[in-house]
Amino acid sequence: MTGRVVVIGVGNPLRGDDGVGPAAVEALRGRVPDGTVLTVSDGEPGRMLDLWGGADAVVVVEALRARPGRPGTLHTFTAAEAAGRTPGTASTHALGLGECLALAETLGRLPPRLVVHAMEVADVALGARFSDAVRSALPELIDRVAASVRQTLDRD
Amino acid sequence: MNHRGTRDLRLDALARVEGEAALHLRVDGDTVTETRLRIYEPPRFFEALLTGRGHTEPPDITARICGICPVAYQMSACQAIENACGVTVDGPLAELRRLLYCGEWIESHTLHIHLLHAPDFLGCADVVELARRERAAVERGLRIKQTGNAILEQLGGRPIHPVNVRVGGFYRTPAPEELRPLAERLRQAREDALETVRWVAAFDFPDAVCDHDLLALRDPGRYAIDSGTPAVMAALGQAPAPREFPLSDFEQRVRQGQVPHSTALTATLDGRRHLTGPLARYAINGRWLHPVAAEAGRDAGLGDPLTGAVCDNPFRSIVVRAVEVVQAVEEALRIIDGYERPPRPAVEVQPRQGTGAGATEAPRGLLYHRYTLTEDGTLTGARIVPPTAQNQAAIEEDVRGAAQARLRSAGPAADDEELTHLCERAIRNHDPCISCAAHFLDVTVRRA
Repeated sequence: MTGRVVVIGVGNPLRGDDGVGPAAVEALRGRVPDGTVLTVSDGEPGRMLDLWGGADAVVVVEALRARPGRPGTLHTFTAAEAAGRTPGTASTHALGLGECLALAETLGRLPPRLVVHAMEVADVALGARFSDAVRSALPELIDRVAASVRQTLDRD
Repeated sequence: MNHRGTRDLRLDALARVEGEAALHLRVDGDTVTETRLRIYEPPRFFEALLTGRGHTEPPDITARICGICPVAYQMSACQAIENACGVTVDGPLAELRRLLYCGEWIESHTLHIHLLHAPDFLGCADVVELARRERAAVERGLRIKQTGNAILEQLGGRPIHPVNVRVGGFYRTPAPEELRPLAERLRQAREDALETVRWVAAFDFPDAVCDHDLLALRDPGRYAIDSGTPAVMAALGQAPAPREFPLSDFEQRVRQGQVPHSTALTATLDGRRHLTGPLARYAINGRWLHPVAAEAGRDAGLGDPLTGAVCDNPFRSIVVRAVEVVQAVEEALRIIDGYERPPRPAVEVQPRQGTGAGATEAPRGLLYHRYTLTEDGTLTGARIVPPTAQNQAAIEEDVRGAAQARLRSAGPAADDEELTHLCERAIRNHDPCISCAAHFLDVTVRRA
């Protein structure tokens, strides 16, 4: 067990369900082996690249919107799968996780192992609380992230 | 004339928060007949959240309004509270604040230049394609950005939502030797920043002239970042000398109302459309640029800032931002070079009944805060006027102008995809803050 594992919760805790990633990371404190780096981010690509620089394995926890949506549903993606979900759009202010991963891949800056755990979300209005569906599914998300961390360390 | 009838172009924000930003452009033949831009939700949620809180809380709470420019919110918040309490923070503490702010300028501008704006000029769909074609440029951008990030981490305690900032100063100030590694990185960043100015100066820029009044803080002797008095430069050709007004008049001068071409409520300055941000700062403060930054601006074709050159082509804002990165790097180096640890990390700020205002230059432009306190420091009122809220009418007019110019040259043959892309570019020129949670714009075109 020598690999450096970084868990990144992406999202804004003030925006209801969008805070599911940071909430999962908070809940992992004390539940993952010492040395696991637990961190949160707004997803800005430059900072994401910095956060996982030097990591052997990265677990990203993210909110996801699907159409039609089933809030609370969990998805697990590889880096390539998540990068492929970039909608190819005209961002004017910020970039999403898909673009971040695609950029990292192009620059050869993806960590050796990366997995994305994402939950479909419902209400992301400023000041909203977690929706019922997200609150119910949160323990399962936390378990999945913890399991990912353990699997990564067991493999080393 | 009109062989294609009326058509509507729409850009709707998607991603995390649907409908937080949208553009609707109506084209009748070869004429733009309607432009409606809803690009920014003023931070009313945060104003409400602040009411009833203590006078030390605004820096932490308002830092969460924007993940890209938390320091700007913290600095304007601190100044407004200190103003209400009759306290001035100056000397080395003010210098440290300015250093922190330089870190944010470096980070924010570099993000916009390399990851968002440059692809427009090089025919790339996005930064991923840009990285495939010009990897060295993107790597250079990420390197500069990382240096800004390092300043935020060193002084702010962490790169997002800095936790070391408080009303009156900081919780902890660094020893001079802690800042030395930053100076090393900044010297490398200076070379990268100058290379970036040369890179963007060689782009092709569409012809465009903006005729908005310009608003920026003015701080004679130095390029305004964290200090200064609001100053207005009237639209070009009218009265180039900036007129200052006291910050206490801000809300009487900058008001919400309707402007031509728009049905939305939009901020105006003395009833006229205005622009804040890099173009305004450069016009009003250019003569106080560091010599290295001024030379970079001159070489990049922006005219001589020392004699009051004004850049009126919004597409060239990418060049002005690149010059401002050089300025922020030079300023950071100057501050670190002369830094002595202040005797105390913060000035004591005793609450008192009253109202105070603060304004600083966020990367996107002038950011105003005003708070009203009771005797024990409880907040009874808060008002936050961010740059993007002020720029909305100017951006809308730029979008209309860009689309109209294209229709004039190409006639109704200008296709929807091309016009939509042009509109996006006109918006991106001003690096608007779209609530930070709306990450994408999805584009759909509907023909009538």
